[in-house]
Amino acid sequence: MSGDLVFYGFALLTVLSGFFVVASRNVVHAAFSLLFTLFGVAGLYAQLGADFLAVTQTVVYIGGILVLVIFAVMMTRIPRSDAPRRGLDRAVPAAILALLSFALVYMVIVGTRWPVRETGAPEATVAEIGTSLMTRFVFPFEYVSLVLLAAMVGAAVLIRERAPEDDTDGADDAAGNGGMRS
Amino acid sequence: MTVGLEHYLTVSALLFGLGLYAVLTRRNAVALLMGVELILNAANLNFVAFARYVDGGVDGHIVAAFVIVLAAAEAAVALAIVLAMFRNFGTVNVDTVNRLKR
Amino acid sequence: MSEHAILLTALAILLLPLLSYAVLFFFGKKLPRQGDWLGVSLLGVTWLLAVRIFAHFWAVGDPGLRIEGGVRWLDLGRFTADAGILVDGMTAIMLVVVTTVSLLVHLFSVGYMHGDRRYERFFAFLGFFTFSMLGIVLSNSLLFLYVFWELVGLASYLLIGFYFDKPSAAAANKKAFLTNRVGDFGFFTGILIFFTAYGTFNYFELFAAAHLSPLSGGLLTLAGVGLFMGCVGKSAQAPLHIWLPDAMEGPTPVSALIHAATMVAAGVYMVARLLPLFDPGSLLVVAYVGAITAFLGATIAVVKTDIKKSLAYSTISQLGYMVMAMGVGAASAGMFHLWTHAFFPALLFLGSGSVIHAVHTQEMPLMGGLRHKMPITFWTFLIATLAISGVPFFSGFYSKDAILAGALAFGMTKSHYVPFLLALIAAGLTAFYMFRMVFLTFMGKPRDEERHHHAHESPWTMTVPLVTLAVLAVVSSGWRGPSEGWFSRFVAPYDMERIVEQASGAAHAGEVHAVPAAAHGESVLPQEPHGEPAHAAATHEAPAHGEAPAHGEASAHGDAHDTHVRHTAHITAMILSILVAGLGILVSWLTYIRGRISAPSVLARLPRVHHVLQNMYFFDEFYAATIYRFTLWFSWLNGAFDRVVIDGIVNGMGYLTRSLSWFAGLADRYVVDGLVNGVGVVVQGAGEGFRRVQTGRVQSYLAYVCFSVLLLVFVFRAL
Repeated sequence: MSGDLVFYGFALLTVLSGFFVVASRNVVHAAFSLLFTLFGVAGLYAQLGADFLAVTQTVVYIGGILVLVIFAVMMTRIPRSDAPRRGLDRAVPAAILALLSFALVYMVIVGTRWPVRETGAPEATVAEIGTSLMTRFVFPFEYVSLVLLAAMVGAAVLIRERAPEDDTDGADDAAGNGGMRS
Repeated sequence: MTVGLEHYLTVSALLFGLGLYAVLTRRNAVALLMGVELILNAANLNFVAFARYVDGGVDGHIVAAFVIVLAAAEAAVALAIVLAMFRNFGTVNVDTVNRLKR
Repeated sequence: MSEHAILLTALAILLLPLLSYAVLFFFGKKLPRQGDWLGVSLLGVTWLLAVRIFAHFWAVGDPGLRIEGGVRWLDLGRFTADAGILVDGMTAIMLVVVTTVSLLVHLFSVGYMHGDRRYERFFAFLGFFTFSMLGIVLSNSLLFLYVFWELVGLASYLLIGFYFDKPSAAAANKKAFLTNRVGDFGFFTGILIFFTAYGTFNYFELFAAAHLSPLSGGLLTLAGVGLFMGCVGKSAQAPLHIWLPDAMEGPTPVSALIHAATMVAAGVYMVARLLPLFDPGSLLVVAYVGAITAFLGATIAVVKTDIKKSLAYSTISQLGYMVMAMGVGAASAGMFHLWTHAFFPALLFLGSGSVIHAVHTQEMPLMGGLRHKMPITFWTFLIATLAISGVPFFSGFYSKDAILAGALAFGMTKSHYVPFLLALIAAGLTAFYMFRMVFLTFMGKPRDEERHHHAHESPWTMTVPLVTLAVLAVVSSGWRGPSEGWFSRFVAPYDMERIVEQASGAAHAGEVHAVPAAAHGESVLPQEPHGEPAHAAATHEAPAHGEAPAHGEASAHGDAHDTHVRHTAHITAMILSILVAGLGILVSWLTYIRGRISAPSVLARLPRVHHVLQNMYFFDEFYAATIYRFTLWFSWLNGAFDRVVIDGIVNGMGYLTRSLSWFAGLADRYVVDGLVNGVGVVVQGAGEGFRRVQTGRVQSYLAYVCFSVLLLVFVFRAL
């Protein structure tokens, strides 16, 4: 089936590029790999009939967050990844933990009888999402807008060039709050 | 075997494992954040998959959209922190930034 | 007016001055003119209400009528206390006296206290004083009488010490307060004896109960003397009169308000109100104390040169008259004198204040010839002098005459002539020293040209009260004695049968007021055995027991002989009193105007007498030599006891404690510290170990979390 092929294509793209994100020693490379991962996920969304999310993923993640990440990478002036290679003292336990976690989740996925329903052809979701956001989800919606605002203010405070008389405490406080909100 | 819920969940689990590994190993704060993004995407994928195969509505989509929004907020603040960190310590290595311990 | 309306009016009369006090005390500084208009206008309203009540009782004309109302204040099992208001003729009289004088003093103070630093505070205190005084008058029970009694004491303390930054004023108000305490102690004792015996504080229940089942002689006399001690303190009777002259340290309006007109009258009012509670023994004490006080006050006033001090002793003397009237059974006459006296001494004090205001000295030898400078003050002062001296057609004559008649009747029936003689001498002396005061101050040539030159008549706020009081000093008697004129509409001897009847009626009707326990013969204290019906014993057959004349007018059914004695006494006393007054005035005129008698040479011939009088019979010195010294000695004794015994015990305890502590310290050091340090070491060691977990690296923490979650999952799956 062509749909299956498409799925496998996107899945492969996602997982492979995700692996590069993890494995790449160069942060810039990692960032560009992340671009492909996110794009792959967007494809999977489309495959799942979530047209709105696919577009949002592309616009917000790839267009916004990733650009932000790349800016951060460039501004911190360390194009190369972690300076010295420190052997496997950390990688091995981390790999074991990650594998075990995956194994656990996978066991759950395989071992559960999912109450799957019949799926028809995917329909357009934008209208329904819009309606839901304005009715049932209006409170979370407004709340999230507040969180965004707070994050924006927090980020601005953190980034601000420190005035001479300003002490470190204020900045640290702001950092703590911003971190908790996000 | 036709592509079903399990396939998507497996992809999601793989992404989660990779993200977790990145978070556990990367010393560069920015790279670490990328791992977090991977984990968030894995979770989102789960939401959308379940919405398609189990729930049938758009609730999963909406939650995923909220997660994207929050991810944006998180990225903004976290990257601001990274920049502040760089400005104060001259490095973005999370191992060396442990002043709160002392 | 209905009873209800009268009670409400009385309540308003009581509370308006309190309102004035509260508002002025807290917001006085913020009000325009510091709120003096508020105090004056509130007092004006109070005065109008008091006059309304007065008019009602005038119209009714029944001195026995009384209107009572109250609420249960305390209910503690067997002990109950009511807060109540009592309005009758005597109350109406007192209400008018207190509010009139207070109102005039308020007005006078507007001028006199002008520009004072604590102007508004002064008016607040005046309001507070008036409130307390009205409380005494309106209360219907001993308990609240005592409460307001003490409030008056406090108010007088505040007013006398108004210039508290002046050491003499501070000492004076302390003296007034402490002296009053001595009297109040006795007063309280008396109240407690009556309450223990009869289980009620209410006046008329007490009267009825005491009438039906009197206490045994000694105890009743003791209780009566106790109550009288309150009067001695408050009304400045010998030997507790020493505070009154010193209290002149307060502003002059205060002297007029407290010492001439109202506060000192409280004691007299109290005795008159509670007269049925006094037995012949205690009444004899009352009569003698009053007579002695009248005599002492008059003799001292003769030699004083300070105008205010002289007036103070004059007041003491007049109060002595009133108290003596109570004692000799002429209670109505005493109240009548209180009424007439309320106006002319206030007038004298305000007049002296006016003079002092003008010449800035209180020494009479520095005045003289002020008649032309201050005509209004002079004429009003002269009227007051004529009134107080007992010149016919002025109010003082009728009341003083009635008292002297009562005293003479008392002497003739009981062979106690001393009170009458003392009172008669005092009457002559009063005329003498009062005219001496007028002559020295207003007549003759100015002895100090400088002061005389600057003297001027006072502003209208000061002269209006003077004129008002002068008019009242003339007309207030109604040109009749207490028992035949208008006064008899208000005050008459208590009609005991009616009171008893009302009390038992109230008991049968089951009203709020509890039946006095003693009315049913359940008294806690021993009682006089009485075979015959009680009221018969106290009225008709009492003369056989030799007790009735002590109750004097109380035994309204006295026999014909009594009436005859009374009549004879009245005529005799009137003639004698006019004679001595005339004599006093004549001597005064000869001495200070004609110069026929030289005061210095008289004094020189009687150096000892002069010395004693000049030093006020050495009362202060006597107290200094006895009470102060005893107190000091007693304090020294206590100090020694403290040093030797108490300190010994304390130090011994200290030593013992130290020894014990040493042992305890050892145990602490080796046992307790060992444990504590052991715990510390363990915790520290554990901390050292766990500290390594805290790397400060985010990723390690995350790894621990992951590991723990996995561990938990696998462990629980395994289970």
